[in-house]
Amino acid sequence: MRDKMKIFAGAAIFLAVALFPLWYVRTTGKASIVPEPKIVNAGKECVNAKEYMREYHMTMLNEWRDEVVREGRRTPIVIAGVEYQKSLSDACMKCHANKSDFCDVCHNYLGVSPTCWDCHNSPKEPKHEIR
Amino acid sequence: MKYDKNYELSRREFIRKAALLGLSVGGSKTLMEVVFGDDILAASTDENPATVRWAMVVDMTKCSRREDCSDCMAVCHRTHNVPAISNRRHEIKWIWREPFVNAFPELKEGRLRKDLYGAGFIVLCNHCDNPPCVRVCPTRATWRRQDGIVMMDMHRCIGCRYCMAACPYGSRSFNWMDPRKILDEKAINQDYPTRTKGVVEKCDFCAERIDRGMLPVCVEACKEKALVFGNLSDAGSPVSGLLAGRFAIRRKPELGTRPEVYYIV
Repeated sequence: MRDKMKIFAGAAIFLAVALFPLWYVRTTGKASIVPEPKIVNAGKECVNAKEYMREYHMTMLNEWRDEVVREGRRTPIVIAGVEYQKSLSDACMKCHANKSDFCDVCHNYLGVSPTCWDCHNSPKEPKHEIR
Repeated sequence: MKYDKNYELSRREFIRKAALLGLSVGGSKTLMEVVFGDDILAASTDENPATVRWAMVVDMTKCSRREDCSDCMAVCHRTHNVPAISNRRHEIKWIWREPFVNAFPELKEGRLRKDLYGAGFIVLCNHCDNPPCVRVCPTRATWRRQDGIVMMDMHRCIGCRYCMAACPYGSRSFNWMDPRKILDEKAINQDYPTRTKGVVEKCDFCAERIDRGMLPVCVEACKEKALVFGNLSDAGSPVSGLLAGRFAIRRKPELGTRPEVYYIV
């Protein structure tokens, strides 16, 4: 038990290093790298508020999916006089046509890989280098 | 033989337990009903006939029957991004041509009009009123809509292929490989999704077009006007009119699936 101090000190150092991302963001208030999705066609109004879309776009897309596919409710959503289909490729990606600079930026940052585009088409983009 | 006292049961006790057992079996719902709800065995809607019942009539007296006419198939497969795979074990079909004796095997025996035997019949999903594929699907990825369309939800399909085993018409195809690797990238219809490896697909009567008041693409594409689509519940619809005046057959009606694609011969 004479190594008590060493063990605790070692554990403290290990935790400090392992949890660096957490306490660094806490103390400085900002992450060193923040994903910056490029919003194009910003002139048009989105189907929901920016804050809502940021957090819940996946929930909304799942709701759209269930309404359209399972219930056959395809009535478009009207925002500021513009009709939007309840569709990822037919509505979302008509404005946000830059998948790699918009969708992928955050998804890669968070390490999530949604399977949407395994089937749904995204607009053609010039070839990108992987960042 | 040794007698185990733990299993001893008095007459009174036996009658009481037998009555309880009888009640639990007869008085309550079956396990299937509890787990899946009441509608598991009632995929069809005999009880409340819908006001819309989509159906198709294939007028084989008008269909060109030529092997080289593939307007309906080509436009369907192009629109829905169905890849053309020559290997028959992997091929994917929504609408295709089948020799008469394969489409109507029960009519093979005996003699019918000679020209029928050489004809290639246009076959597709029959959108049955009593669809066996729907009954077996463990995830309800395929189900029967109120208007009779047997739909597929690719998001839910787990690729178990029970539905393919259940369908007596071979209307369902499995994606053994990623269709995007086979499809011509430039020819992909951007307005319709592709599928992914490991899901089952089939004709869905162009549900996305019907919901917008349009006809299925195959019906629009047929120059001979051999494909007729409409509402069977509406006596004034083109399908009702045709079927009222002409003799039509259905594929394998003896199986009780109640197919809703009719063939005028």
